[in-house]
Amino acid sequence: MDNELIVIDNAVVSYREDIALRGVSLKVSKGEFVGIIGPNGAGKTTLLTVVNGMGKLLAGKVRVLGHYLRSGNGHSLRKKVGYVPQVQNIDPRMPICVREVVMIGRYGILGILSRPGRDDYEIVDEAIELVGMSHLARRPIGHLSGGELQRVSIARALAQQPEMLLLDEPTASLDWKAQSDILELVKMVHDTRFLTTLFVTHDLSCLPVTCDRVVLMKEGIIWGEGPPEELLTDDNLSRLYDMPVSVVRSRREKAVPVHL
Amino acid sequence: MDFSIFGYQFMQNAILSAFLGGIACATIGVFVVLMHMPFIGVCMSHAAFAGALLGLWLGFNPLVGAFGVSLLSAAIIGPLADRGELSPETSIGVIFSLMLGLAFLFMGLMPGTKSGALELLWGSILTNTRSDIILLGIVAFVVVALVFLFYKEIQATIFNRDTALAVGIPAAVFLYGILFLTGATITASLRSIGGLLIFSLILNPAAAAYQLTYNMKTMFLLAAAFGVLSGWVGLLFSYFFNLPSGATIVVTSSVIFLIAAIFSPKRKVKGWQSKPLQEEQP
Ligand SMILES: Nc1ncnc2c1ncn2[C@@H]1O[C@H](COP(=O)(O)OP(=O)(O)O)[C@@H](O)[C@H]1O
Ligand SMILES: [Mg+2]
Repeated sequence: MDNELIVIDNAVVSYREDIALRGVSLKVSKGEFVGIIGPNGAGKTTLLTVVNGMGKLLAGKVRVLGHYLRSGNGHSLRKKVGYVPQVQNIDPRMPICVREVVMIGRYGILGILSRPGRDDYEIVDEAIELVGMSHLARRPIGHLSGGELQRVSIARALAQQPEMLLLDEPTASLDWKAQSDILELVKMVHDTRFLTTLFVTHDLSCLPVTCDRVVLMKEGIIWGEGPPEELLTDDNLSRLYDMPVSVVRSRREKAVPVHL
Repeated sequence: MDFSIFGYQFMQNAILSAFLGGIACATIGVFVVLMHMPFIGVCMSHAAFAGALLGLWLGFNPLVGAFGVSLLSAAIIGPLADRGELSPETSIGVIFSLMLGLAFLFMGLMPGTKSGALELLWGSILTNTRSDIILLGIVAFVVVALVFLFYKEIQATIFNRDTALAVGIPAAVFLYGILFLTGATITASLRSIGGLLIFSLILNPAAAAYQLTYNMKTMFLLAAAFGVLSGWVGLLFSYFFNLPSGATIVVTSSVIFLIAAIFSPKRKVKGWQSKPLQEEQP
């Protein structure tokens, strides 16, 4: 079916002795906003790397945007997928500025031997504007705060003009204001650019309230999936995180308010 | 001082070698510094030295040996760096010491006079021949041309290999390409600078440039300029004070680094960064 942009069938991925995904199956349709939630080590990052062809499949079939993935062949798929990785350490003296980092998003699409032209700069500047970073566009990338780095990462993904957006813990290690700003930004981008979005988080308080669907992950398997209001019960979350229901409840009361 | 020596062929050869070697080594140095892999460079230069001695011992062209063994070491180390091992330094350290051990083993096994081996150890730019220069010229040209042609892919790979991969760039190809060029550059410069010293000429000019700019293109240009300057100033000292040229070149490049570090605007980063933070406070 055309509408199913991601079809993962029984994917198994392991790193050395650890098995990170133990037979995961997932289908995502065009335009969906899917939240993937689970504790640290659940395999969420690994699942995203499977979707953009960076993961090494031991078994299973993966089809994304019509590409059947085998290891080492995902380069053309990745040009169409915006990936915002988990927080990275950046050398504070790295000689590269914000605008150049966002331009990297164009490099894959441009292909070898061609240089960015005026349209590329327009696309890049528009993406920087959209994430509210225009005033810092010429700042060295190593001189940004965590929230600013996340915005740059999102701008770089948008500069690819992707069909799909993968976000790995984009709100981790941010203060609550920056968290809700990023959540709003992501939702706005998803809607205005007609994207299909996978949003990964471990943090109960950062559940994007407006997800079409949530996927609960734990210990390398998908534990449950469905509409957020059905699945995100205090009961389910308490089992997911091995925490008493009362703790879950009090945590969720303190959740970041997102008005969209 | 008597400058009539510049009329001599051997001096002109040396000046040209220093120019070409300085550019090639410093350009490679930018990769080494920005990709945080000085250990890989050090290891490959000792591998080249060991390979050259293997050639001398067994009687084939030492430069073929140098190139072969440095690529072999890159093939072993590359995957460690590529996989993002927590501390590839340990494995690289083991290979490094193995290479040094092999180098001295081959030197010991070599019959007769060891002057050829010592020349590869210390280097002597003043005896460079036309074929040395042609090799250096080809390598310098290829290195600069590839950086020019693939600047955007190289910039992305240097910035972050996973990011480069995620936007659809085959980052592993560029990583191995960079290691390959490193091997070629070390090999071509071995006879001029020497196996023990070559890595300093790779590292120091780029490390000096790294202190001075937040722009990658500027860093490439500054590094190349410092590389050439180190070669020329070192050459003068070597000639006028009758010192080993590899050593004077390397000491010059270290002095350039020290000066750059002292005047680095990046040392003021802290003061500069604290400003916006204060503004945010209510
Ligand atoms: N590069 C790696 N090398 C070895 N093990 C890894 C690596 N990345 C992840 N793992 C293991 O795989 C499992 C899943 O990791 P990950 O997908 O990063 O989880 P999450 O993103 O949900 O926190 C964990 O047990 C982790 O220890
Ligand atoms: Mg993760």
